[in-house]
Amino acid sequence: MNQRHVVVIGNGMVGARFAEEVARRDPAGERVHLTVLGAEEEPAYNRVLLPGVVSGAYTPEDIYLPCPEQPSISVRTGTAVQAVDAESCDLTLDDGTRMGYDELVLATGARASFPPVTGVAAKDGTPAPGVTALRDMADCHRVQALVRPGAPAVVLGGGVLGLEAARALAERGVRVSVVEAAPWLMRRQIDQAAAAILAERYRALGVAVHSWRVAARWIPGTGLELDDGRILAGDALLVTAGARANTELAKDAGIAVEHGVLVDDTLTTSHPRVHAIGDCAQHTGGGAGLVQPGWEQAAVLADLLTGTAPEARYTGARPITRLKAEGIDLTSLGETEADDTAETVTIADPYGGRYAKLSVRAERVAGAVLLGFPDAASAIAQLFDTRAAVPADRLALLQGRPQPEADDVQAAAQADPLICRCNAVTRNQIEAAWLDGARTRDTIAAQTRATTGCGSCIRDVNTLLSGWSAAAPADVS
Amino acid sequence: MTTTHCPYCALQCAMHLEPGPGGALAARPADFPTNRGGLCRKGWTSAEMLGVVDRLRRPLLRKDREDDFAEVDWDTALDYVADRLTDLRAAHGPEAVSVFGSGGLTNEKSYLLGKFARLALGTSQIDYNGRFCMSSAAAASTRAFGLDRGMPFPLTDLGEAEVVLLAGANPAETMPPMMAHLAAPRLIVVDPRCSATARQALAGGGMHLAPRPGTDLALALGLLHTARTANLLDTGYIAQRTTGFAQAWRAAAAWWPEQTEHVTGVPAHQVRAAAHMLGKAKGAYVLTGRGTEQHAKGTDSVSAWINLALGLGLPGRVGSGYGCITGQGNGQGGREHGQKADQLPGYRRIDDPAAREHIARVWGVEADTLPGPGRSAFELLDALGTEGGPSAMLLFGSNPVVSAPDAGRVRDRLADLDLLVVADFVLSESAAMADVVFPVAQWAEEGGTMTNLEGRVLRRRAAAAPPAGVRTDLEVLHGLATRLGQPAQRFPTDPDAVLAELRAASAGAPADYSGITPERLEAGEELHWPVTEGQAPTPRLFLDGFAHPDGRARFIPVQYRPAAETPDADYPLIATTGRLMGHYQSGAQTRRIPELAQAEPEAYLEIHPDTAARNGLTEGDWAQLTSRRGTTTARVRLRPDARRDTVFLPFHYAGAQTANNLTNPVLDPTSRMPEFKVSAIRVEPATTAQQGGHL
Repeated sequence: MNQRHVVVIGNGMVGARFAEEVARRDPAGERVHLTVLGAEEEPAYNRVLLPGVVSGAYTPEDIYLPCPEQPSISVRTGTAVQAVDAESCDLTLDDGTRMGYDELVLATGARASFPPVTGVAAKDGTPAPGVTALRDMADCHRVQALVRPGAPAVVLGGGVLGLEAARALAERGVRVSVVEAAPWLMRRQIDQAAAAILAERYRALGVAVHSWRVAARWIPGTGLELDDGRILAGDALLVTAGARANTELAKDAGIAVEHGVLVDDTLTTSHPRVHAIGDCAQHTGGGAGLVQPGWEQAAVLADLLTGTAPEARYTGARPITRLKAEGIDLTSLGETEADDTAETVTIADPYGGRYAKLSVRAERVAGAVLLGFPDAASAIAQLFDTRAAVPADRLALLQGRPQPEADDVQAAAQADPLICRCNAVTRNQIEAAWLDGARTRDTIAAQTRATTGCGSCIRDVNTLLSGWSAAAPADVS
Repeated sequence: MTTTHCPYCALQCAMHLEPGPGGALAARPADFPTNRGGLCRKGWTSAEMLGVVDRLRRPLLRKDREDDFAEVDWDTALDYVADRLTDLRAAHGPEAVSVFGSGGLTNEKSYLLGKFARLALGTSQIDYNGRFCMSSAAAASTRAFGLDRGMPFPLTDLGEAEVVLLAGANPAETMPPMMAHLAAPRLIVVDPRCSATARQALAGGGMHLAPRPGTDLALALGLLHTARTANLLDTGYIAQRTTGFAQAWRAAAAWWPEQTEHVTGVPAHQVRAAAHMLGKAKGAYVLTGRGTEQHAKGTDSVSAWINLALGLGLPGRVGSGYGCITGQGNGQGGREHGQKADQLPGYRRIDDPAAREHIARVWGVEADTLPGPGRSAFELLDALGTEGGPSAMLLFGSNPVVSAPDAGRVRDRLADLDLLVVADFVLSESAAMADVVFPVAQWAEEGGTMTNLEGRVLRRRAAAAPPAGVRTDLEVLHGLATRLGQPAQRFPTDPDAVLAELRAASAGAPADYSGITPERLEAGEELHWPVTEGQAPTPRLFLDGFAHPDGRARFIPVQYRPAAETPDADYPLIATTGRLMGHYQSGAQTRRIPELAQAEPEAYLEIHPDTAARNGLTEGDWAQLTSRRGTTTARVRLRPDARRDTVFLPFHYAGAQTANNLTNPVLDPTSRMPEFKVSAIRVEPATTAQQGGHL
């Protein structure tokens, strides 16, 4: 038994994915013995889909994540870590026991940050009656207990999570107001013009949007008072105004921390045996707040700690944000307000509720905002993700996929088009058979082989036959 | 006039053969449930192969590879091969001799080849080119349903469906008459290319989903995820007829539509629309082809498609289901009767003591004399001539120097053999490397049985005698086996005598052929296996239960993983390979038929105009493609509907145009299928010298 013991603190999306990645690289458990410690009693679940649990698209069990079933990996839920001793490489658990490790992975995630609004939270940070975040399953159960169809609710924070939650609540028949302190919705991901059209889309779905409005006071049983004195009715206040990395354990252990735990390209912290991934980590290339970079980090760290790819490095995120809101297709990526060194194409269609902006620098996608352009969004996201060159015709790219197959168009224009592709039979050959006396599809088939392949030309042959029959004055034979 | 079936693909279209105006046999379509009077251009021209100018009519032998072949008589050739095999076995043991078979061989040949390897040669080293075709689907079907019959229902059932999803299948190009069964249903075609089938899907109100090559597993997970959230799953069926849904769902839970889009490039709204189209259909089928199977994760990819079908309650019911579109003419029968490294006849496992006892009894030997499992196809080819690998190979019905992955490496391996013996009817590229070539009969010159893509056993009938000097494969095996000391009656040359033995060998096995007699075949009975002696055939499997002991189908939890190679700065594009209508497999046959050769005379490359322009290429240029394994050349065809990150090239061409020079031989852990469909490559204009290389 000379496997190294790797301990992961945090059984969230990134911690659980790390366990999967290790399992895939070390299926026999020959390299690594892994322990995952999760503070929540619940098994690991897919936090990204919590708004879907709110809308009823998923049950809580639906969003549980896979857990590798191999003896070398153990997952302990309901186990919190109280302290990390990085010098002696061991942990103190909340039951007072200690656990040693060879390598430690911090995947402690982040927690909701509550803005300093009167009445929202008690002094110790406990949310006031009617107030909840939407970070974990317990929050989700609170939301479900607080909201009812037809009753009002307020979402404080018009970022991605807030807008997804607002849409989910609206789907359940809740009358929703969204309050955003910044000048426009999704301030960090989209530009103002897109946000204006997005706000209209939300209004059309029955969601009231109040941008550039600061909340002044939460009045339980009444609603949220804004800085202009207006009161938005709400039985519930969903706070989705950002998150703070859970860095306390690292900080107390003397590990370098800014707003997250600082890591290098090997996802190692200031202590060489301690690593951090996901929302708790801070890498110069960014990436916190989105799940994809966290998963990429999990894969890189699994490469390194299992020794399957010692050259693996995390070099930063290519952030792509997709809003998951029924009926709204919004993608944003890269720089959404690129400077003059980029060439930018913009299409604004407020009437149609659509907006597209594509910025290109040195033939690569620098950034894009795509609202209501689902096919282009997919194509541009792939170009961005793979750093591939952007086609010369950018407008065509925004308009979506090219029309299928120029062949058929060209073929139709030819003097003697191909009718039966399977047997390479042209119109003239079929006509020759007709002139030779073939008057039915069967006799045409016997003479030319047309229609005997996939059969998709049967209609064309029949049309030709009926056309010639109608044109012929009488059977000349 | 003789009525038989086409020599090429697994659709096994029925055809009439009779002398044409010049006296040579000519083919025309016959009415039959699978082809309904249709034929593609390969079938129409198939009889031309019988009289092809460079047909081999005398055995060829050379004692030194530097020399040219000499024509010799059969006794000389057979004696030489038997002597060499005997010497090699004496010097290095029986494992020094290997056999490579084909999904193009009849059931009788497949069976006798396996018997020949295990008894006459005593080697475990036998596998076949079907490993490169349907092995991933076979492995996935077996673990889901307990049994693998490509389509566990008659092909004609498809026409009644409302929606058919085709994952990595392009029948409009590869088996056109099959499309008659797909004219009524709406089609969802999953293919990185806008293929002929994809265009027909769009024209008929269906959909084309174009995932990045190597990501269809993620797409299948995303469709299951989306179907679940849209309440489209058949929960009653899942509860009563399956096990393992909870685990499979957890694997799919991470694939919400937007995440699926991120990895596959298929827009989330298309994922939703496809899930709805499939999930709401009255009567739906999920079919897989090589596009989703020929990956290092092919088995898991097919499992993901089967999970989707199971979630929707499709398999094991009349009017819906899952099926694999088997490719080679006898790809189905060829994988059942013992030319596979891990298998004995009847789809029995070679490591199953009861199976070994049964087969040993039929063969009249002791079970412990039967060899165990051997190397899979690529591993076998890759071991040839190496330390610990075989030093001789007998090759039947296959042309691996064109059709195997990393073809350059396979050529090197074959060149290192002490003895290469090939049975073929022309001097294929592999035969041209041999020490001895046996000229063998073609499909219209001998009888036998074939098992088509729906598991129906068909009668192949002789329409003419083989040319003078040509023998059948069964006669070759008989001639070698007797020279190696086997009793003559153990290797019959009459196909019906072999069939009688195969019936006994397969009795009681998963693929039970015991009730398949020449009389029932001649009577035109629709004999879908299993057919137990004296019993009715089984057109539809699993209606009463699946073939696992508990009668339930199994969801297999499968996870997405990337292709073995992802594009990088040196190899920035993905190459994917495939088939053309006018050619078959390595092209050894179809490149010799003037009409087919003229229509598609040379390798080409489908590439997006932007990608071509960036690499200095325009329509009609010769391009050189390079992967980490080798290079090939192909002529540029611009396709505005192509993905910008992917080029396509057909693999039917040889020499400097061998697409498989590029392909990656990394293998699926379960099926041992190579990763034909994803190779990282770069493309550039070919030099004048390279252009000359194609001639």
